Order: sequence, then structure tokens, then C-alpha cells
Amino acid sequence: MSVNWAALGEVFLVGLGAVASVVVMFSVGIKGISRRVVTRASGGTGSAGLVVAVSCFATCTFTVLCGLYLIVSH
Amino acid sequence: MDVPLLVTIVILTALAFDFTNGFHDTANAMATSIATGALRPRAAVAMSSVLNLAGAFLSVEVAKTISGGIVDDTKITPTVVFAGLVGAIIWNLFTWLAGLPSSSSHALFGGLIGATLAASGTSAVHPAKIMEKVLVPALASPLIAGLIAVLATCLTYRLTRSADGKVRSAGFRAGQIVSAGLVSLAHGTNDAQKTMGVITLTLITTGALPASAGPPIWVVVSAGAAIALGTYLGGWRITYTLGRGLTTIEEQQGFTAQISAATVILTSSHLGFALSTTHVCSGSILGAGLGRRSADVRWVVAGRMLLAWVMTLPAAAVIGALTSEIATTGTIGVVIVVLAGAGVAGGAYLVSRSKPVTADNVVNGVPEAAESSETFEVAA
Repeated sequence: MSVNWAALGEVFLVGLGAVASVVVMFSVGIKGISRRVVTRASGGTGSAGLVVAVSCFATCTFTVLCGLYLIVSH
Repeated sequence: MDVPLLVTIVILTALAFDFTNGFHDTANAMATSIATGALRPRAAVAMSSVLNLAGAFLSVEVAKTISGGIVDDTKITPTVVFAGLVGAIIWNLFTWLAGLPSSSSHALFGGLIGATLAASGTSAVHPAKIMEKVLVPALASPLIAGLIAVLATCLTYRLTRSADGKVRSAGFRAGQIVSAGLVSLAHGTNDAQKTMGVITLTLITTGALPASAGPPIWVVVSAGAAIALGTYLGGWRITYTLGRGLTTIEEQQGFTAQISAATVILTSSHLGFALSTTHVCSGSILGAGLGRRSADVRWVVAGRMLLAWVMTLPAAAVIGALTSEIATTGTIGVVIVVLAGAGVAGGAYLVSRSKPVTADNVVNGVPEAAESSETFEVAA
């Protein structure tokens, strides 16, 4: 029996990297929106939070589109 | 037995397997979204069903999954394929009744291996290939997905601790819907292909199609429709196990579990290390459960799940061998197996009705005796 350890390790590392980046981006985006909501409630504009959120979610969307492309082109 | 009739029976059995595959695996993509309330149960299965159908059409590459070198292609006859499929269906129904998310691919491989063993002896089966293509991925899938999900869950909780509760809840629910969609689509491209491969190979072995032909469009349509219908009926029993039974899932965990599952499925299929969808999804849900502080993972449920995983291939193989022994005796044998298969399916349905898990009670818990006529229609 030959176990392809290299491929297995690669799946783990690539998977971990991709998941970690999406999760971090998404979480930071959510914090951005949350900051905007909190700031606006106390009279501020909250635009800094919005900018953070939009750029984070844009990155996430891009990653999801990459995933879709991988599925479709498979 | 008349060859065209036998081929028709094989095709119908393959579609029946595809159907069980659909409702068995609904939970993989949708259990956590249903559990957190990101999607209502019926909306979730409808979405999953549409994406499974879409996935069946998306993939242009014909999966030669029926054997993949596990059994000797030249020794497969339509009768053996038929017996293997019946073995796989019976095991899928049994694990569904028990609410256990076992791998439909393992059931299919097991059924075919058992049927081939019974019909042509040990020389027609390649044990090294079985280890390489089935057993190692079965061990690796839940470990890899689970580990990634643990880390992702820890990160998510840490990063969003100070965020506004309402925003966090709504945000992660939205994220869950997208990630569940990805899992469903990936599932459709993989699993519907398996049935198409089985049907196409049967048509090739009987000379109805030239060798190395792709699946005809009616095969693609019917396989896609069968898996979509099965998905839409919803395997509520397994959904309950994965969404509620294994661990209590919060929005963040649902999101990280599904993102981990979708990513691991995609990377593995692209880096040439095929992992089982069911094992990846269950592993990532377990990982997401472990990643939250003060999370409660019900290890008894996890243990039963593990047992079902280990048992699936050999159990389906034993049933496949039995059905193969009977079916290869001739026309009467095939008729007996058809009747027995239908009997088991009917019996499983009747047993499931005595304690149904439905779209209505899958979220809030299973009542001791849910006895209303509407719930029966969706008790799948």
C-alpha cells in the first residue's frame, strides 16, 4: 500500500491556509460592520468600519468565486 | 435473462441508489444551517436540491468511479452491478433509519466489491487499491477537516468576541448560506457523477454504447433529477444527528464548519487526494464543536458515527455478496433480489413512520410520538 503523504500534507496545508484567510477576513468584516453600527448609534459616521467591512467581504467574495471556478472547471 | 430488460433494471436500481444518496447526504451541506436557523428546513433542502441538480450538469469530466481500479472492470456484468447497487441501497436505508451519516460512496464501493467477490472470486478485487482509495481517505478526511475546523472556530470566536451580537449573528448566518451552497454544489458534481458512471459503464459492457463513450444526456438528466429529488425530500434523521445530536452548533461554528468542509473537498479533489464528502462534513462539524470553549460534544454519538463509517464498506459488501449469489443464479434470482430490495425499502419506510423526524421537528427536537398525517409526507 502506498500512501501519498505529500498530497495528503498538501491538502491539509492548502486547506488550512485558505480556510484561515477566509475566516479571518470574514470575522474582521463582521467587526467592521459592528463598529459602524455602534458608532452610528452614538452619532458618528462609522465610515471607517464600513470601509474595512467592504474590503474584507470583497476579498471573501473573490475567494468564493475562485472556489466556484474550481468546481465548474473541474 | 433478457439483456435489455436486465439493463433497464440496473438503470432503475442505479437511479434508486442515487435517490438514497441524495437524501442521505442532504445533512452534509445543510444540517448546520438548519440547526442555527440560518435557513428554514424546507428552504435549505430546496436550495441544496437545486444546487445538486446544477452540479450534475456542471461537471464535464466523466467520473470513472464505478471501479477506479478497485475491482477488475472486465469481470463486471450487469447482474453484478445490480447486486452491488442493491447492497448499497439496503445499507444506506439502514444507516438512514439509525440517523447515521455514513458514506454513500463507501456503500457503493462495498456493494460492488462484495458482488464482484461473490461472482468472480478474490482475484477480481484489488485489496491494495481498496486501502489506498477507500480506507486511507476515510481515516484522513475527518482528521484533516476536523483539525482545520477546530483552528478556524477558535480564530473566529477570538476575532469576533467584541463584535455586536446582532450583527455577528446575522453576518455568520449569511456566511453559512453561501458556504452551504458551495458544499451542495461540490456534492452534486461528485455524487451525481458516480451514478452516471455506473449507468454508462453498464451500457458500455452490454454494447449499447461504444467504449469510452460519455454519458448520454438522458443519463445526466435522470441522475441529476434522482439525486435532486432525494435531496429535496431531506434526510431529516441524519440532519438531526449532525445539526443537533453531535454537538450544539452556533452561527460561528456553522460557518467555520462549512467553510472548512467546502475548502477541504475542493482542495482534495484538485490535488488528487479524493476524500469522502460525508466524512469531511462530519469531521468539520465535530471540529467546530471542539473549537468553541465550553462546547459539548456528545462522544457517544461520535462513536456510533465512527462505527457506522468502519462498518459501511464491509457491511455493504456482505449484502452485495449475498444479493450477487442470488441474482447470478438466473432470472428468478434477479426477481427475488428486486422483490427483496423493494421489501426492505418498504419496511424501512414503515419503521421510519413510527418515529418520524420531519422538517417540522428537526430543529426543536424529536417528539416521542409525532402522529399527524402531514408529517408523513416529508418523513424521509
